[in-house]
Amino acid sequence: MVNPRTNFIARLDWLTIILFLVMVIFGWVNIFAATLNAEDPGSIFDFTQRYSKQFFYILTSLAIAIMVLTVDSKFWSFFAYPIFALALLTLPLTLLIGREVNGARAWIFIGSFSLQPAEFVKFATALALAKYLSRFNFQIHKFKSLVMIGVILMLPIGLILLQNDTGTALVFLVFVLVLYREGLSWVVLFVGGLAILLFILTLVVPLPILLPVISIVTLGATWLYQRNMKFFYFGFLSLGTLFGLAYLVSRYTGRDLSLSRLFFIASLIAFVLWLVLIIRKKHNPLLLLLLTWFGALVFIFSVDFVFHDVLEAHQQSRINQILGLESDPLGKGYNLNQSKIAIGSGGLLGKGFLQGTQTRYNFVPEQSTDFIFCTIGEEWGFLGSLFILALFTGLIIRIIYLAERQRSVFSRVYGYGVASLFFFHFAVNIGMTIGLVPVIGIPLPFFSYGGSSLWGFTILLFILIRLDTDRYQVVS
Amino acid sequence: MRNQNVNRKYVIGGMVLLTAVIFLFRLFYIQVIDQSYKLSSANNSQLRQIEYPGRGMIFDRYGKVLVFNEAVYDLLVLPQQVKSFDTADLCNLLAVDRLEFRESMQKAREFSRYRQSAVVRNVSPEQIAALQEKLYKYPGFSLQVRTQRKYPEPIAPHVLGYVGEVNQSDIDSDPYYQSGDYIGKSGLEAEYEEILRGRKGILFKLVDVHNRIQGSFDNGKFDTVPEPGKKLTITLDANLQQYGEKLMAHKRGSIVAIEPSTGEILAMISSPAYDPNELVGRIRGKNFERLTNDSLNPLFNRATMSRYSPGSIFKLVQALVALQMGVIDEYYSADCNKSIIGCHNHPNAHGLREGIRFSCNPYFYTVFRRIIQQGKSTSVFRDSELGLEAWNKIVTTFGLGQVLPVDLPGIKPGLIPDAAYYDKWYGNGRWAFSTIYSNCIGQGEVETIPIQIANLAAIIANRGYYFIPHFVKAVEGTDTIPSRFTQPIRTAVDPRYFDIISDGMQQVVYEPGGTGSRAQVPGVVVCGKTGTVQNVQKEDHSGFLAFAPKERPRIAIVAYVENSGAGGMWAATIASLMIEKYLNGTIAQTDKEQIILEYQQF
Repeated sequence: MVNPRTNFIARLDWLTIILFLVMVIFGWVNIFAATLNAEDPGSIFDFTQRYSKQFFYILTSLAIAIMVLTVDSKFWSFFAYPIFALALLTLPLTLLIGREVNGARAWIFIGSFSLQPAEFVKFATALALAKYLSRFNFQIHKFKSLVMIGVILMLPIGLILLQNDTGTALVFLVFVLVLYREGLSWVVLFVGGLAILLFILTLVVPLPILLPVISIVTLGATWLYQRNMKFFYFGFLSLGTLFGLAYLVSRYTGRDLSLSRLFFIASLIAFVLWLVLIIRKKHNPLLLLLLTWFGALVFIFSVDFVFHDVLEAHQQSRINQILGLESDPLGKGYNLNQSKIAIGSGGLLGKGFLQGTQTRYNFVPEQSTDFIFCTIGEEWGFLGSLFILALFTGLIIRIIYLAERQRSVFSRVYGYGVASLFFFHFAVNIGMTIGLVPVIGIPLPFFSYGGSSLWGFTILLFILIRLDTDRYQVVS
Repeated sequence: MRNQNVNRKYVIGGMVLLTAVIFLFRLFYIQVIDQSYKLSSANNSQLRQIEYPGRGMIFDRYGKVLVFNEAVYDLLVLPQQVKSFDTADLCNLLAVDRLEFRESMQKAREFSRYRQSAVVRNVSPEQIAALQEKLYKYPGFSLQVRTQRKYPEPIAPHVLGYVGEVNQSDIDSDPYYQSGDYIGKSGLEAEYEEILRGRKGILFKLVDVHNRIQGSFDNGKFDTVPEPGKKLTITLDANLQQYGEKLMAHKRGSIVAIEPSTGEILAMISSPAYDPNELVGRIRGKNFERLTNDSLNPLFNRATMSRYSPGSIFKLVQALVALQMGVIDEYYSADCNKSIIGCHNHPNAHGLREGIRFSCNPYFYTVFRRIIQQGKSTSVFRDSELGLEAWNKIVTTFGLGQVLPVDLPGIKPGLIPDAAYYDKWYGNGRWAFSTIYSNCIGQGEVETIPIQIANLAAIIANRGYYFIPHFVKAVEGTDTIPSRFTQPIRTAVDPRYFDIISDGMQQVVYEPGGTGSRAQVPGVVVCGKTGTVQNVQKEDHSGFLAFAPKERPRIAIVAYVENSGAGGMWAATIASLMIEKYLNGTIAQTDKEQIILEYQQF
């Protein structure tokens, strides 16, 4: 009987490894289907074809996986910061010697092979974060801690934004889940969720309707304080009067401001007024509500500003397409439309391997990289999609389980980092192909074509598997 | 501290599961429930290629080809596949102007880089052979063959009509058509469009995102074969038609000849005319503009659209109505009293036959008055109203004042006034015979169309009935023609009265004082009637109606020559030549022919 406590091989989490192998192999099968040129199929070893390159990438990633497993666990915690620094340094390299692809300068080309350094920064950041959060006597709610965490996350985000690769930069926001697990107040997640909701509402609902509604809702919440409507009436009247005054003044002086601007001015005055009244009359619990309300207003206006004046046209368009505000199936919405057509036409059982017309005839742009899920959806149908969802959900839940059973904080934090990264890529990539998430160019781990992404995720995963083999050790 | 965070794993795990479940529902919806994506994917990857059938040919009554189809080549280009090439050489091969070619190439690129479009249309057959040899040097270019109409002889353009590209309203009214298809626009091409067009065949091909064909969908299981258009045989006599056009060259006017026993139209000439080959293919646009702007209106079919006052020809109708009403009989006489109404010099007419022979205006003035004022009311206005209504009722049974349902589009109805018409002009009870008397001699408010007059000749030839004039003789694949053309339509006038009229018409041609002596034809008894149509600003139109032979007539004909003076001069001569050509086959009256051919108005 093999004793896992003494046998390394037995300690390896084979379930995860098997999931990894299944994904990688099935991933290769789909890249084959997505990139096969029916007229001119080369052999598997014809390096002009993507499926042969991917085969090569898979072989090398297996070698890398084995190498990672052989390296001692302590190596990762010991060298976490240097690895992080090294990875960060490769980013500016792309700005110097890299080539622009799809508007972003994120790739370095060596011959006919290309490298995307950002993919390696992902696991490096997870390592650095794990190292920092596992410090002796670490407390997350200290100011110093939060600042350092901010630095660790902002460095990659900033450098990647310099590359003009907004999608990849967004990935790093998912580490908030890691922080949450390590004690970050649930308020952060709650506020984050609220912010997303407000963001969507700001774009979908016209401001002259949204602003009053939000205000009335918050005013209504004041009832909870003393089970009394008096605050509501007072607030309603005062705000209404202020708004009316602002409107009259603007009309009288001939400076026509938009309704929402007038509302903001009225709200500003109301805010000050109510702040003073609340402090004077010592209705302190209302303070929180007041600040939330005002914060929401400020947020709404900044979303409005950022959306219209900061985001680029194509980014605005992608968000609009998802929210259903814009429909341009032949122009800016082409990717999304073709993607849904390919997946949607798969039916229950799919059209069959190599039988997908949308895939075969290249109707989906980026069908071997960001939109690889379309090939699965079209050729393997709903059952195929279900299988992929099960694979990823299984992998992520398993990783969470692995993270939880770790004895060291470093391993646990790193494990949650791995889970979060996989979760983000899974959710955003597939969500994008089915029209629930704006088009953000990030790969589907193990399925999208590409050496850097495959290697990056392999390393990410196998470091955890290696760390996991130490789970019986006493924490030193 | 660690313990209070452990339960957060459920929150995070829960988020993961929730996301997966949402995706599951969404995928289930778009993959299984919503079927529209299947349709879109088919639309993407399937290409419906249309195969066009040959359009039906048109033949004359003896089987001579009037219209057939000629193969024509277009040069297509797929801009995405074009590599730099020797433009000068290609333009030379195609015999096109370099500038025009560049413009067409630019248009093709703007249309789509990934789809084919025609860059040069109607490459002449002479260039095809040379081009096909060298086409390999020009990747992205290919030849496509289609057919267009060709006319062996430039005759009967108004009858045959022309074919052009469909416009939006054509597509809207019949989904069979799509942009780029051709449809008959006028004449028989339009009237018999559904017979002539056949049925398109459809090939279902699979294409990739660049619209390149990758194969047949489902092995061609759904492909349909095109059905060629049906052959149409019409009643025209090509020789007679051609002869008539020769006679009418350089003149404004029309000729319509009908076979009375069947209503078959033997010839329909409208002049000025044009060469139908001019409205085909590349040159069509320019020629169409030129013809539309021509002040002589060559595109206008005078035979079916010109509204003339019938002039003296109408006296025949007046006579028949009067006889039928019983207000005159064949012996009715009246002096040529020029104070009532102007007339040329001739002996007084004794009897109806002489009235017709001399075409006496005062005679028919009195006839018409007898028709209109029958003394049925003490009020002269009411009496006229009653008389006119009764008159109108009989006249309209001659196919006048209404659209004759000939199988050609655009027939005008003409006008036969009724009481309501005059009421609108003058007010009820404010008009009487004295207001409307000019109608007695075919001037005034009555309007007729040449085809109606030809039909009138057929009615008299048949002694009282007619078949709706038509062009269709046979349609390939069917035994019969529409029954409305084979049912005789009786007028309201008793057949026995027609003998009197035809006698009178014979006298017009053969007796002294008859106005139509020029209508004589060697060896045939011709019945005719002149009709000089007064024209307000210019010279009178010359019109002549005839049928021959008097007993068992085989041809009924009308001829009009605009602004040429009295009917007995030009129109009668032309009618005579046409009748001679049709009945005798050759022309012995060469001097008459010479005169006609030399008479040119423009």
